[in-house]
Amino acid sequence: MGGVLSYAIRGLTRRHGVGEHSVLANDRIDLDVRQGEVFGVLGPNGAGKTTLVRLLMGLLRPDAGTIMMFGRDVRAAPDLPARLTGYLGQADLALAELPVATAVGTTARMRGLSRGEARAARDAVLDELGLTGVAHRPLARLSGGQRRLACVATALVGDRPVLILDEPTTGLDPVARRAVWGALERRRDTAGTTVVLITHNVLEAESVLDRVAVLEAGRVIACDTPGQLKASVSGDVRLDLAWRHDPPAADPTVAMLAGLATVSGRRWTVRLAPAAARDALGRLTTGAALAALDDFSLATPSLEDVYLTLGGASRDLERT
Amino acid sequence: MSIVPEARGTAVSRASREVVVSAPARDATVGAARVRSEPHPAANLPGLGLADRPLPASEELAPADEPAAAEELAAAQERSASQGLLAPVPPRIPAAAGFGAAFGAVYRGQLARSKVGRIPLLFVASFQSIGILVLLRGILDVGNTTAAGQVVAGSTVLVVAFVALNLLAQRFGALRAAGALDYYLTLPVPPAAVVLGTAASYATFAAPGTLVTAVFGSLLYGLSLSGLWLLAPVVLLAGVCLSGIGAAVGLLAPRPELATIAGQLGMSIVLFLGVIPADRLPEVGRLARDVLPSTYAVDALAAAFQRNVDWATVLADLAVCAAVGAGALAAAVLALRRVGTS
Ligand SMILES: Nc1ncnc2c1ncn2[C@@H]1O[C@H](COP(=O)(O)OP(=O)(O)OP(=O)(O)O)[C@@H](O)[C@H]1O
Ligand SMILES: [Mg+2]
Repeated sequence: MGGVLSYAIRGLTRRHGVGEHSVLANDRIDLDVRQGEVFGVLGPNGAGKTTLVRLLMGLLRPDAGTIMMFGRDVRAAPDLPARLTGYLGQADLALAELPVATAVGTTARMRGLSRGEARAARDAVLDELGLTGVAHRPLARLSGGQRRLACVATALVGDRPVLILDEPTTGLDPVARRAVWGALERRRDTAGTTVVLITHNVLEAESVLDRVAVLEAGRVIACDTPGQLKASVSGDVRLDLAWRHDPPAADPTVAMLAGLATVSGRRWTVRLAPAAARDALGRLTTGAALAALDDFSLATPSLEDVYLTLGGASRDLERT
Repeated sequence: MSIVPEARGTAVSRASREVVVSAPARDATVGAARVRSEPHPAANLPGLGLADRPLPASEELAPADEPAAAEELAAAQERSASQGLLAPVPPRIPAAAGFGAAFGAVYRGQLARSKVGRIPLLFVASFQSIGILVLLRGILDVGNTTAAGQVVAGSTVLVVAFVALNLLAQRFGALRAAGALDYYLTLPVPPAAVVLGTAASYATFAAPGTLVTAVFGSLLYGLSLSGLWLLAPVVLLAGVCLSGIGAAVGLLAPRPELATIAGQLGMSIVLFLGVIPADRLPEVGRLARDVLPSTYAVDALAAAFQRNVDWATVLADLAVCAAVGAGALAAAVLALRRVGTS
């Protein structure tokens, strides 16, 4: 394998609490994260994602296992994570009362930027994330999404070689979400930044991640590119249909699909072999059912399917 | 663990973005249909306008499940070359922020926290001390400058204690409870800069209070103002000392309410042992007084109000403050680290 690994994680184990009520939050995790990739950690609530990234940041001590960062054991160099990494945690009380510009600017200063550099970096990242308009408002007086975005800005400012982001896009609207994704990809492509991000969002996982590790009850149950993961689980495609009114039940295609579909209101989801899906859609869009059809989409298996196939319970995953 | 070439991973995720494709042969009222542009064999559906969409060539050519190492390397190099980058090299490790810059940044950030909310602080802190001065005025002999000096000094140091023990313990307790210390712990800054920067921001609002208290007290008890410059080192050293203790209490208390209570209790102790003249305390009290670091600050400042200042004692008292301050700060730093890496 060429290049240096940003992270080589071996046997990483961490238990929270002691005795009966203890939780094995990370269980013998092995992962390699390469330099310059956007690496995702996907999994339901309580899977151990935050525990994993807090271990990576040196905020928790592992019970067992090693973390090598760019070939160096972080136990021997405990200041390495803080110097190399921009971190976004799940809590933001430390910044709550600060105006956005001050929060981002002082964070840049704490990353060792000179006064002038910090100012320039601050303005650039606020502009990049569309926060310039609220730069002088304290975080506590922003909407939930704006507040999260401001915290993302503090993680991005100062251009660290590694970014570790715990649910950066939770609560963001699609525009802000895309701004964050764009900012991450830009850093990866121009500076070779390594990004490790936690997500609950299948769309996010599929659209921005180079590779993804699926975590379930402290174990990595799969780790690959989103495409490979999906190809590994199923050859079926998913046909989603939305009806504007009840479709003609007599139509043979409609009847066939009705027998297979998972129905939720006027929305049908059918899993089919590709050829069958193509046929069905062809007949629907040329036949009598077209008038009733409001919208349709055809998709190859999503990471949600991967997740279900691997034995996860997906109620916590978001799709939008 | 299966490792898939970086280049392919990128191509997959790039191509998997939603693409809007016009719905075929439909009347204009029917909206566009979204078709996911997955580079999966199943996605090559004729008749849906997908065929003319460009797919990454490599995806169609490369058999998905047998990534050859050479191909992988070539692909990675090609990608790096196309971006004008060399093969990945470990990044330069950025320098940590210096103490001064970090202190300044923490201080500025904390100062920016709702300034309005903390202006009352200035009054609360000094009103409390002024109240005590007025109260004790009736009890003390006016001629006893030793006792009077100590009351004034004790009340002044109380302002510092209010901020350092009460407010700082509360703040750090709350930060810890919310898990918000991660923010500081993941920045390359000395933990002492975090503790002192935060303390200094509160002190900015409290420092005028110490001056007001000391001047008011001197006038009320007819003391000389000539040694008042001693206020600066005393407040600074007492501030470092009590801030370190307050921060450590806030960081180590198992629950934030306990941090608040402990801070307030500490402040009461500073009040009693600082304001009540040493010779009026019972034996236990005198012992406790010797142990309490803030009383050394009180004694140093009390000396400033006397006609004949014993500078050796003042220096010794200040040295104790400085030493305890360094120790308390070290304790706070340890506490911050301990909280960070539980
Ligand atoms: N400080 C703690 N003490 C005890 N148990 C903990 C602690 N922190 C986490 N846990 C437990 O460890 C497990 C993993 O928690 P973790 O926060 O890593 O999950 P997560 O994947 O980040 O979840 P979420 O998606 O909800 O953020 C959970 O069962 C949680 O209850
Ligand atoms: Mg979490």
